[in-house]
Amino acid sequence: MSTLRILVPVKRVIDYAVKPRVNKSQTAVEIAGVKHSMNPFDELSVEESVRLREKHTPKTVEDILAISIGPPKAADTLRTAMAMGCDRSIHVEVPEKDEMLEPLQVAKVLKEVVEKEGRNLVILGKQSIDDDSSQTGQMLAGLLGWGQACGASEVVLDGEYLKVTKEVDGGTEVVKGKLPMVVTTDLRLNEPRYASLPNIMKAKKKKLEKKKLEDFQVRAENRLKNLKVTEPPPRQGGGKVDNVDGLISKLKELGAL
Amino acid sequence: MNTSTLVRHTLRASGRRVTTCRPYVGTQFSRRLASTLALFEQRDGKLQSSAQNVVTAAKKLGNPVVGFVAGKAAKEVAEQAAKIEGVDKVVYVANEAYEKGLPESYAPLVAENAADDVSHIVSMHSAFGKNVMPRLAAILDVQQVSDVISIESADTFVRPIYAGNAIATVQSSDPKKLLTIRGTAFGNAPAGSGAAEIVEGKDSKHQGSVEWVEENLTLSDRPDLDTASKVVSGGRGLKDKENFEKIMIPLADSIGAAIGASRAAVDSGFADNSLQVGQTGKVVAPELYLSVGISGAIQHLAGMKDSKVIAAINKDPDAPIFQVADVGLVADLFKAVPELTEKLKK
Repeated sequence: MSTLRILVPVKRVIDYAVKPRVNKSQTAVEIAGVKHSMNPFDELSVEESVRLREKHTPKTVEDILAISIGPPKAADTLRTAMAMGCDRSIHVEVPEKDEMLEPLQVAKVLKEVVEKEGRNLVILGKQSIDDDSSQTGQMLAGLLGWGQACGASEVVLDGEYLKVTKEVDGGTEVVKGKLPMVVTTDLRLNEPRYASLPNIMKAKKKKLEKKKLEDFQVRAENRLKNLKVTEPPPRQGGGKVDNVDGLISKLKELGAL
Repeated sequence: MNTSTLVRHTLRASGRRVTTCRPYVGTQFSRRLASTLALFEQRDGKLQSSAQNVVTAAKKLGNPVVGFVAGKAAKEVAEQAAKIEGVDKVVYVANEAYEKGLPESYAPLVAENAADDVSHIVSMHSAFGKNVMPRLAAILDVQQVSDVISIESADTFVRPIYAGNAIATVQSSDPKKLLTIRGTAFGNAPAGSGAAEIVEGKDSKHQGSVEWVEENLTLSDRPDLDTASKVVSGGRGLKDKENFEKIMIPLADSIGAAIGASRAAVDSGFADNSLQVGQTGKVVAPELYLSVGISGAIQHLAGMKDSKVIAAINKDPDAPIFQVADVGLVADLFKAVPELTEKLKK
């Protein structure tokens, strides 16, 4: 049984229950004064890392390192990750602004952290619910030349191998890869725990290392220029009908039946 | 005379324009060689219909379209792909190692076949595309553009962000542009009348550290959720798996629709995960989307609000789904849906 040194990248995003609004100048989505939380898929990554430790002998998981690349408040997200069970964290602080770092830049930072910190398993969310790109994990695996298993709904550690059930179009697919590996989480993977108050208190004492983007060989300029951000064309409800016959005749009128 | 020359010769003889030659005349050096590589998916030697969406998108980029396919029976798949209208050439790599499209070997294979002249690489934003393309992007040092719904020009693309609550127009400065496209936003290029040149690609026998073990796919006679013209979708209101099946299956069968589900229904085990419609599941845009017992959370709307006609049956008159539905019926689904099914059968 090999020992795992896990890296869990987490992102601070607008809370999933908030309806995002485009700003007046149509350059981005309004983020000031809006509730933020940990990206839901990243909660699953943290939970899975902690469960791997709980499922195996304590020595199996050597340590769980959380990382976030984001504005000063991303530190709160890292505290949450540590309250859920991560051992320590790194905060790569970038100024708060409309444009976020792109997945390729994030993947490049993560690659350096993986190498410096001797990680052999990275568990990421399959997508962030703000940018919806679904790229970072795959890019990181590509940069490192590691195996990848994306959209995991089950992760089983078997010696040097990970057996991962992935959600794919039409069902599931099972792959088996030798560590080191990159895994991205699907919503089906687990049910993240709530951080208890004692654990939140303990998390305040855990190590949170501050870094800057300049500490990594990554250029800050984005490859994609946001020309504009707009609201989607609004859809008008067409009103209600009284009964099933009304429904059928309206659908026929609309040409849908 | 090899196959490709023969094809061109035949085309000339029949008086048809030979599209493969057109862009090479009278343009600048950098332009005359540019082409778009379109990744086609295959399963067991059969070309997947998503190839037709990918070709429609690829054609909008203005350069000749070169299809790419790899797998055990890739040559046969290439022959099917060569018939799609708008495809100028198909490159195939026949090797069983690529049969399952594992990204560790497939991404470097595409990189190897995407020579300097390739200006764009396009794939579907499907499980395959989402696995292979970002890895390929990292290998090529390109920032990929995901889930493109419109191509404005060769470097400007439109994509939804925040679960479709905002639409971003982005301009790429990368030398090669990598796009995954939303199939429902691009029409199907007609299949059957094209006659593209077919060539064998390069293969340095890439190997990955991950092996395919097995797959468990839901097989049904019903239309495919992604491409169905009608979709009926059930939510938490159906209460359990038994009801879901008892109510949704006859309804779907009455109009030949595919079945979808909300996340609540999937999480509660009413329906298989692969049927989930929404931000993190499938994105559909059928002619008719009939939602049953679904409240209409923003994550669900992200997956269906581009449907042509939306109908909703829900007992809560304030459910957000009614704000987007073209026609809504406030009723107990356990009474209304069986009645609807009976009447639709007639």
